This record gives sequence, C-alpha cells and structure tokens, in this order.
Amino acid sequence: MSLDDVKTTGFKYVGTSPDRPDGLDKVTGRAKFGADAYAPGMLHGAIARSPHAHARIISIDTSKAEALEGVKAIVTRADFRDDLRGDHWNVLENVMAGDTALYDGHAVAAVAATSVLVARDAAKLIEVTYETLPHVTDVDEAMADGAPVIRAGTADKSVPEGLHPNVVRYHESGHGDVEAGFAEADLIIEDHFRTEATHQGYIEPHACLATLGGDGKGDLWCCTQGHWNVQKICSSLLGLETSQLRVTASEIGGGFGGKTVVFIEPVALALSRKTNRPVKIVMSRSEVFRASGPTASTSMDVRIGMKKDGTITAAKGVFRLQGGAFPGAPMEFTAMCAFAPYNLKHVKQIGYDVMSNRPKQAAYRAPGSPMGAFAVESVIDELCNKLGLDPIEVRLKNASREGTRASFGPTFQRVGLVETLEAAKAHPHYSAPLKPGQGRGISCGFWFNFGGETSVSLALSMDGTVQIVVGTPDIGGSRASMALMAAEELGIPYENIRCTIADTASLGYNEVSHGSRVTYASGLATIKAARDAVKKLCGRAAAKWGIDPEAVDWVDGCAVPSGPNAGDFDPMPIAQICKSMGRTGGPIVGHFEASPEGAGVSFATHIVDAEVDPETGKTSVVRYTVVQDAGKAIHPAYVEGQYQGGAAQGIGWALNEEYVYGKDGRLQNDVFLDYRIPVASDLPMIDTVIVEVPNPGHPHGVRGVGETSICPPLAAIANAVSAAAGVRLHELPMNPPRILAALARRD
Amino acid sequence: MHYHTPASFEDAIKIAAKATGITRFLAGGTDVLVQLRADMVTPDTLIDIKHIDGVHDITRTSDGGWTIGVAVTGAEMTEHPELAGDWPGLVEAMDLVGSTQIQGRATLTGNLCNGSPAADSVPAMVAAGASVSVRGPDGTREVAVEDIPTGPGRTSLAQDEVVTAVNIPARVAGGGDAYLRFIPRTEMDIAVVGCGINLVLDGDTITQARVVLGAVAPTVLLDQACGDAIIGTTLDAAALERLAKAASAACNPITDKRGTIEFRTKVAGVLAQRAAKIAYGRAQAGGAS
Repeated sequence: MSLDDVKTTGFKYVGTSPDRPDGLDKVTGRAKFGADAYAPGMLHGAIARSPHAHARIISIDTSKAEALEGVKAIVTRADFRDDLRGDHWNVLENVMAGDTALYDGHAVAAVAATSVLVARDAAKLIEVTYETLPHVTDVDEAMADGAPVIRAGTADKSVPEGLHPNVVRYHESGHGDVEAGFAEADLIIEDHFRTEATHQGYIEPHACLATLGGDGKGDLWCCTQGHWNVQKICSSLLGLETSQLRVTASEIGGGFGGKTVVFIEPVALALSRKTNRPVKIVMSRSEVFRASGPTASTSMDVRIGMKKDGTITAAKGVFRLQGGAFPGAPMEFTAMCAFAPYNLKHVKQIGYDVMSNRPKQAAYRAPGSPMGAFAVESVIDELCNKLGLDPIEVRLKNASREGTRASFGPTFQRVGLVETLEAAKAHPHYSAPLKPGQGRGISCGFWFNFGGETSVSLALSMDGTVQIVVGTPDIGGSRASMALMAAEELGIPYENIRCTIADTASLGYNEVSHGSRVTYASGLATIKAARDAVKKLCGRAAAKWGIDPEAVDWVDGCAVPSGPNAGDFDPMPIAQICKSMGRTGGPIVGHFEASPEGAGVSFATHIVDAEVDPETGKTSVVRYTVVQDAGKAIHPAYVEGQYQGGAAQGIGWALNEEYVYGKDGRLQNDVFLDYRIPVASDLPMIDTVIVEVPNPGHPHGVRGVGETSICPPLAAIANAVSAAAGVRLHELPMNPPRILAALARRD
Repeated sequence: MHYHTPASFEDAIKIAAKATGITRFLAGGTDVLVQLRADMVTPDTLIDIKHIDGVHDITRTSDGGWTIGVAVTGAEMTEHPELAGDWPGLVEAMDLVGSTQIQGRATLTGNLCNGSPAADSVPAMVAAGASVSVRGPDGTREVAVEDIPTGPGRTSLAQDEVVTAVNIPARVAGGGDAYLRFIPRTEMDIAVVGCGINLVLDGDTITQARVVLGAVAPTVLLDQACGDAIIGTTLDAAALERLAKAASAACNPITDKRGTIEFRTKVAGVLAQRAAKIAYGRAQAGGAS
C-alpha cells in the first residue's frame, strides 16, 4: 500500500472507544484549567464595566482606586496601541472601550491589586463619568429609520445604498430565477421567524495569567480554543513582536466557538507590563454573559414553493442578524447553509449584518446555521402538513447529493444526506406511536466544516512509544482521536501514544480549534506525520538489512521485507529500531505542516418527540434521535457525545435560553439561575445513529462532527412543538409564556 | 466585615442591636453567601446562628405540632418520616429549593427571611398556618409566617430581632396539604408561580381551606376567596373552576425575566387546581387512617 493511500476499511484501532487520556486528570481535579495557574508575586486583575447600553465616556477618574492599599496599577484604553485599524482595532475597541461604551458590560478600565477582593473594590472606586446615548438592542429596530447609530461609517462596500448605517455588511447568493420557480409551485408558504441570542454556556469562565516584562517578552496562560490566534492578536494590540509572546493553552472547560476570540488576555498583559508582575484575571459568570460573545439574534423571512408531489420549485430567504456593537454577525453562513440540504433549481438568499448595543457576538457551534435551518425547515414542515406529505419523503425527494449544485455555489462531492434520511426513516423512533399531547418533528441541517493551518510533530521514544505534539486545543476529545489515528498508522497500541497540546513556541502556526476542523485537519496531519515517521523507521531497517528502503513494508508495528525478493529477515519491531536510533541516524521524528482543503461537508437529520402541557405551555422533549454523517467515526463514543451535545444545546436554545434585555438596554439574566440552560433532568436520553459516508479528502474518511449536530434541533423541536400544540411557533425560545400565548391565539 | 458565632439568641440580638450598617443573620447561607459573592450586598456584620443549642432540632410539641430549628436543613426535613407524614406539602415545598447540595444547607427560616415572593416553602408554611418565634430585646413574640415578608427582600423584623424557630401546628384528622410551583425547567430554578394549599375535610366535604399563592405579588398571598371557592364542596368540577378563577383574580404579578403578567395569572389558576386535587387526595387518605 502506498503511504498516500486513503484507508476507509479494515481498521484495527480507529473506530474503537478507549478511555480518554485526560479522564483521570479531570475526575481527580489534577487537570489545570485557566484559573488554576499561579505565579510568584502574582497580582489579580478586575475590570470596571459600563452599566449603560450606550454612553459617551466623558472622563475616567482613577485617583480613589489608586489610593486603595494594595492597588498596583490601572489601565485604560490609553495603555494600548492607538494606531490600529480594521479587525484588530475592532478587537481592541471590544476589549477596552475608547470614547464610547457600546453595551452593558463593556470594559472601560482595569485594575491590578494584591488580592482579588482589593482588585474588585478598586474597580468599584474607578469613577467614570458617562453621557448616556440612545440605545437599540433589537435587530429589526436597529435597522429601522431613526435607530441610534452605533458607529457611523462602519458599513463596507457590500451594503446597498439607502440602508441604515447599522447595516454594515450585506450578502446575496443563489442561482436560477426564483420568481419563475414560484410560478411553477402548487403551494407557496412565506413566513417570518425570530430567534433570540443565546450563549455558548461553557462551564469554565474565561481566565488567564499574563507575564510581560519591559523587554517585550511575555508568557500567557489562558483558556482558549486557539492560542496562536491569541498570540497574534495580543501581540498586535500591545505592539509586541509575535514570537516574543509565548502562549500556552490550559485545559478547557468548554468553548463551543466562544473561546476563539480574546477578551481579558490583552488587559492582563497590559496590567503586567505596567506593574512588572504576573497578573491573573478570572471572569465571573455575570461578566461572561454580559461581556463575552453570545450568538447573534435573528429576524428572518423565508418563502418556499412546492408542487403537490413534494418537489420544491423555488426558495428565497432573507436573514437579518444582530451581532452586537461590531461587524461580524455570521449572516452569510446563515444564508449559505439555510437551503444547502436541498437540490434547488431556483434559490436566492440575502443576509444583513446589523450592529446594536449588545456585546460582540462570537462563534457558537456552526455559527449562523441553526437559525436559518429553523426558518427553512419550519416552512418545509408546514408545506408537508398542508400538502399531506411525509416530511422525510419530501426531504429525500429534494435532497442534495453528489453532483448537486449547492445553494451557495459549489457542486457537492460525495455527501451523506440521503443516507441520514434513509437511516432516520428506518429508525424505530420514526414509526413509534405518539401519545396524546405529543408531536413529532423532523429537520435536516448542514455545516461546511473547515481545514486551516495545521502543524503536527510526532516523536518516537527509545522504547518505541510515541509522543504526538499538536497545536489545536482539545475541545472534543481530539487527543484520543489523534492517538487512535497514529496507532492505526504505526501499528502500535493506543496506550503507547501520548498526545500533548503544545504552546506557541513549540510548533508552527495552528489555526484555532473551530469549524469542526481538528479531527479532520490535525488528524490528517497526525496521519501524515506518522507516515513520515514510518518511512524513516523503514529506512533504518533497510540500512540495517542492507536493502533498498523501498523494499521495506510497515506491518503491525514492525518493519518487514516487502516480499521474498527483498530478502529473508525477521520482522523488526518499532521498539528495536528506536532503541538504537541514536547510533543509526539520530532521533526519529515525523512532521507534517499544511492547510488541508478537503474538509468534507456534513449533514444530519434529527427526529424529536415533544409533549406540550396545554394548561401551562411547558414543553418536555420526550424522545430524541440524532442521525448524522461522520465520514468515519474515529472514537465513536466521542462522536456520540458531540451528537448529543449539539442536541442538548439545541434543546436549550429552542425552549428556554435567551438574552433578556430591559428597556434600559441592560442584560436582565446574567446568571445561570435566570439564563435557563437545560439541566440534566430536562433532557431525554438522546439516541444517536452514526452514518459513515467517507470524506475523500481525509486519509481515514473523517468529516467534522462537532457543529452539524446543532443545526437541526431548533427546527426539529419547533416542528414537534407545533405539531403537539396544534399551532405554528415562529419565535425562539418557545418558552411557556410564548406557547401559552400561541395556544390562546389558536383557540 | 465582622463575623460572629453567638452561643445564644440573647447574645445574637445583643450583637445585632449594637451593629451599624448592614447586618445579616447566617444559617445555611444559601442566599446570603450567594448575594455576597455576587456583590449584591456586603454586610458589615454577619451573625452565624448555627452554633446555638437546639437550632438543628426537629421537635414534636406536646399538642402534636412541630418546632423546627432555624438551622434545620431541607434534607433533614425530607429525611424526617413523621414530619413528612404530617406535612408532605410543606416538606416537598422545601425540598424543591435548589440542588442536592443546597438542600444540605438551606433552611426554612432562611427561605422566609430572604423575603422573596417566590420562596417555595413560604406559601406551604402559610397554608399550614405556621408561625415563627421572634426574639427581641423585650422577649419572644409569636408571628404568623404571612406577617414576616413585607415586600421583595424586606421583612417586618426589627434590626435587633431574630427568628428562633418555626412552629407548625398539629396535623388534624382529615387534613392534607400540597405545594406546586411552575418552572420552565425540571429543577434548579425559581418559581414563576407557586401555590400551597392546606385542606381539612369532614367526610368528603372541605370544611377548611387555606390557599396561598407565591410569585404573583410582592409578598405571598393568603387568599380567602380561593378558600371560599372550595369550602363546602367535594372539589367537584364547578368548585375547581371557581378556584382557578379566584386564584387568577387574586394575582397582582409583574412581567419580568421569569414570566409575564398574563402567564402568571393563568398558571396560578392551573396550579391552584392541581395542588387542591393533591391536597384533597391526601386529606381523604389522612381521614381514613
């Protein structure tokens, strides 16, 4: 077998679910998370935040705070670079307000002191004089005539003339002639949908420990999904040479996209530079809610035409996303994913990126896609109901397949949507009887997945065991997956391999752990690095045997002659080769660096049964089945966990989670008591079906699995709730007051 | 901040009387410590009353009632079979507060003195006709539970007064109680609406009814009209209908992050009906034994 071959069957280690390597550390408390770092002479930082949704900062008086015993330094915007432009200016403006506080919770100053309590007290003593400005937090209101302008001149060239200055980016895509398509339809349904912002809800708040000296050399420990990105941005915001700032990623207590950006890290570095002492900052949960990145809220209009036989003739969607006081709401992803599951002759999608007085949105698991699916799949469900068609048959009839021209442009390669629909149809859940008061919902979902810069090093030890060094923080079990893929290639047990997340000084640039890219891209790089090492191992055996390296094969962890003509030698195990590597040519290390571009897109189909209490409007999700294409499940238990996690977060988003703003523009529910994420007893057992349609772009067939799982739930649950309640729900969350109001309208 | 661990209620009220600024009594701490950490309040004086003799005791009184010490936890109540047998509604109400961990600390008295209109145990205590013993510089007085809260976060207790025990009346034959709350989740939440009901039957006919609503007004509501709607009935459909209407009519709620006026008003009636049915069933079972 050539070393570049794609292997999609006959696995020995891949496809098994051994114990996770970080399990013991995590259950014993030995794992070090963001807040678990300490340094001699360390100070504690605290941040003063705006209590106003929108206010000009007239003055900041730090004298009382500075007079407090134990206070060592205070920083404001003046302590950062003043010559930034573009994206990094936006990051800085979010990290520390300039002239204007743009949302409730926006950082305006920070203090470093000898204890957490002193730092917090000092932050309260920082006197900021504000001139409050009119504010807006709703997406439709922010686009309307007369809405307060968040920042004039932010709109880029994509925005058509005549729109409110808060509309800062515009997207339009599709193909065909939608009006001609609608003319062919037997039934057209158009509806309006809204979703509220939700938070990623990771259990671990942001935390960091920064050390930065007057020599411009720094070290930063932080909880992040991507420490090279932290290095790049922090060095830019503070005017450092990139390589002089070494960043180490801690263990991570969840990220879901929300830890792909920086908030406190540049502040801790600035305080450290000013005090010449290490500075630690740990966000409170309230700060996480108010001032890190939730997802965007949306307002959407979707119009779909269908023939009586279920053929979709045309589809059009308008997606307006509010992403806080900065550009970047992922409206193009919403638009591009919304109709991706369907093979459409005529399709058009439009997106608006709208600024408002809310915190800057951050990525949240398939950013933008779940909301669009909610609107589109609700309309398809309604069309199926009105035309008396089976929702899975209709989706099969219109499903995207290999060769389909995607709604967003390219032509799909091998994809697994049809396989997920067939598996859903065949699943006992789909034909199980429902009790009175229950309803069933179906939805498909789509996510692109991603590759990105990736660098992996794989070093052999003298006893033949292996250490893999990767640069992508392990947010979903990737250390186990890397070890399994390397075990497969090297033919050695999983337990003989340790995978470590390196700091920024130890590898080349690695893109953030996002876009469901890690098992794909770091996995591909790990496999290629292992194959590089195997080639070197075979070379050592060939030299020992005095034969051509090409005449040596690697089988079950041993070098063997490739055939009778190569010579008659006993297999040479990895441990034997490694034992003598120092005198046979030196250390053996495999490398791979690339930006792989073959990430396979992924589809899922979810089935949900919901029960609605007609007297209180309370919804219980009573049965849930996730069917998703994984390409190849490297560690099936982790894959199931990703499927279940996406469904669980989707249940929260659909039913009870939301950002609640008061008339004053302040966030009302900045603690987990009132930000109603599901608790364990709210969830049914979430059944999973792993479909495997190999991705031709990965040597083991892997597709990313982490994000697609949150794309169908909003719609699937909305379809189930609407069926159970006998009335269509158009707005998330479908909390009890909203359902009760809908029931009252129905009656 | 000054932290005290008095050995007697007498010492506790002396400390409270002399204290300036903000004073908080500390039992389980499941409200006080959370508020402190969240920066909602920074007491100048914290008086920990857990170390006083008898505050951890659940005691049967000579008349068949119960005295519950101020540091008795929810878990201790739930695991007390006689108390739970007499007052299942009250014990279940307390058990709804927080998580397993919180149940190991949280107390009835703390739930009352926190002053939240959404406190789960308070409607159940009021329905039961419970009172608290309040000690001040002039001795001890007995105060009906419904007279303690005066508004969100406020009580009728003076600066130098402290609750020393909760007094639950004897369970009479043919009596039964229940408490239900509405939350959007299954646990770990605050009542959007709560309803505690205590009934006494003569045969199948309701002779006494105390219906108490939580989270629908600035304080819990003991509503006579709700009781009147079902007294003299066998809790038939018409009586239940009247009860729901009365409960909804009694509401004076607000719209906030936890629910709307319309929702609370409607669901108060729904919960009143559901709680009444449970209390009625328990009263019938109690009457038979």
